Amino acid sequence: MSEEMYKEMAQSIIDGDSDKSVELAQKAIEIQMHPLDAITKGFVVGVNYIGDQFGKGEAFLPELVMAGEAMKAAVATLDPELRKLGEAREIMGRVVLATVEGDIHEIGKTLVGTMLSASGFEVYDIGVDAPADKIIGKAIEVDANIIGMSALLTTTMVRQREVIDELEKEGLRGKFKVIVGGAPITREWYEKIKADGYSEDAIGAVKLAKELVGKE
Amino acid sequence: MQPKLTLLSDELIDRVLEEAYELLRCPGIKVQNPEAWELLAEAGAAIHPENQVIGIPASLVHKALESAPREFYLYDYDGNPTIHYGGDSVHFDPGSSGITMLNPETLEHETTETQHLLRLIKVAEQLAQYDAQSTAVICHDVPKEIQDSYRLYLVLLHSKKPIVTGAFTNKTVQEMIDMLALFAGGAAASRAKPRAIFDVCPAPPLIWSNFGAGNLIALARAGVPAEIVSVPLSGAAAPVTMLGTITQHTAECLAGIIIHQLARAGSPIVWGGAAAIFDMRKGATPMGAVETAMLDCSYAQVAKSLGMPTHTYLGATDSKLVDAQAGLESGISAMVGALSGINMISGSGMLDFLACHSAEKLVIDAEGIAMAKRMLDGVNLHTDTLATGFYDDKINFKGGDFLKQKITMQLFRKEQHLPSAIIDRDSMRGWKEAGSLDTFSRAKVIVNELLASYRRPEIDSGKIDRLHAFILDFAKKAGAEQLPTLEDYQPA
Repeated sequence: MSEEMYKEMAQSIIDGDSDKSVELAQKAIEIQMHPLDAITKGFVVGVNYIGDQFGKGEAFLPELVMAGEAMKAAVATLDPELRKLGEAREIMGRVVLATVEGDIHEIGKTLVGTMLSASGFEVYDIGVDAPADKIIGKAIEVDANIIGMSALLTTTMVRQREVIDELEKEGLRGKFKVIVGGAPITREWYEKIKADGYSEDAIGAVKLAKELVGKE
Repeated sequence: MQPKLTLLSDELIDRVLEEAYELLRCPGIKVQNPEAWELLAEAGAAIHPENQVIGIPASLVHKALESAPREFYLYDYDGNPTIHYGGDSVHFDPGSSGITMLNPETLEHETTETQHLLRLIKVAEQLAQYDAQSTAVICHDVPKEIQDSYRLYLVLLHSKKPIVTGAFTNKTVQEMIDMLALFAGGAAASRAKPRAIFDVCPAPPLIWSNFGAGNLIALARAGVPAEIVSVPLSGAAAPVTMLGTITQHTAECLAGIIIHQLARAGSPIVWGGAAAIFDMRKGATPMGAVETAMLDCSYAQVAKSLGMPTHTYLGATDSKLVDAQAGLESGISAMVGALSGINMISGSGMLDFLACHSAEKLVIDAEGIAMAKRMLDGVNLHTDTLATGFYDDKINFKGGDFLKQKITMQLFRKEQHLPSAIIDRDSMRGWKEAGSLDTFSRAKVIVNELLASYRRPEIDSGKIDRLHAFILDFAKKAGAEQLPTLEDYQPA
């Protein structure tokens, strides 16, 4: 019975069907399935599958995003139950995400956020055109493990360095891992500005984040 | 709405037909086949035996056009109608009758043998863009007398798709017709659901040779589809002007249709060709020239004005390697052919003026065809409102909003052609990680994958054994004791 349901749960994520994933999450609560089992044995299997397929070029961005959304919806439904049990899903880490000041491009960053939260990270996406103090302030507020910064333009990528410099100046650099991304970002750039990592796509960003929090 | 490319006005088409009728009457058509001569003479054409020329009156044209079918289908092995000759249907098949093949490692053009044809068949069988197989290269490892029928045998053995083929003599066309009948379960079955179509060429200017006309007559009588491949060369074997060439092409096709329909009214026949300009620097026949594509688009318009099914040779290149020239000539000309609504477009995979084939190019050309087919599919209405319906209360004015819509997931595959690994849209890093491969190198990888995944389709082994005995008999008569050994078929 549970096996059947786990399969259905994974399928609802693969189908990117939030209505279905929420319905299954509610059903799990009704039949007193352990919410952590529902997540790890059911829904997560679907996310991993779509992630793999995407990596192989066999799934596409809309499917990836919809799977992420369906995952988020299912977890949100199960969350109150987990709290009641006094347990919590193991959080991979807390990530503050932003597109840097002067830059309003956000598709890539949003994708990274979707995939990170689908993979068990707690994501605080503070949007676009975010100045250094706002990014750092949020990281301190939520006790983040990782700060992720996006920039699409060569003219705005320098702002990523400003945030790192600011962290240095305030003696906070050691407290957060900093990752960068965006079209113009290269290995040379992230090394030059002394970030902790970079990725060119959302799947790579999840892998990187897991490595940085020691969960991979 | 299927987008359409047209180059001729209705008025010009009328003038082309008018002058083609005039050419048929005077100077007339040189007819070198006694049976065709007889048929035309009996039908009332004006014969001039002193120079083998026949003047054909308009009345014979009208009669032939009355009986020629406006559409028909080719069928796959399982009997499904998969190729529609007629209207603006568009299909592609690999080019035919190459004599060399590009070795992807040495880049040499090797003389083709059994293994080369098998390589092409196996690749084309697995590419959905090719609706038909072709007898793509000549196998020089069998006696000359069976080189045409042997190619057909290999395709019948290794494919379920319909076949574009052709015979090299008047004797072998009958043998090949018999092979198809044997495979279909009788002549009537072969006629009812034809598996193959035969290319038949007039010789420019205005000649129907003994062999060409003989093939037309044999095919008509068997009810096996024939495809006229008229090959005028602007400036050498046809007038230098495009309109002059198109008019000569029209006259050659009409003459062929008349001979064919006189042999058996109602047999299926296609208005086709491999027209080209004549290159004035090298004396070559460039298949990748834009004018060649323009000639084809134009003669297809003439055919369509008469409601006839159409064929052409496009999607090929004159380059010797699978390089940038190959890509641009093949891609552009395939697109022109598709937009012209030509029913069968032959030529993919071919290099060097249709002399050389390449499996790697076949794989790359499949992507060009996919793009052309996407173009043909046009811009479609999928939703009640064009845009307003997309902006619901969940819109928060962010760039990724539409990625999160269910309808995006439902419709993106309909709106976008998702290219194969031939097309690189990777990031710089991803491309480097994958080996920094160029298009040709990626095609080599895919060809190897396709060769590895190929399985010979399930085909009635009784039929195959009979076919094998049939072809072995031909081979023995031609002086060969055995046929080349095949990896995946050992005769009983």
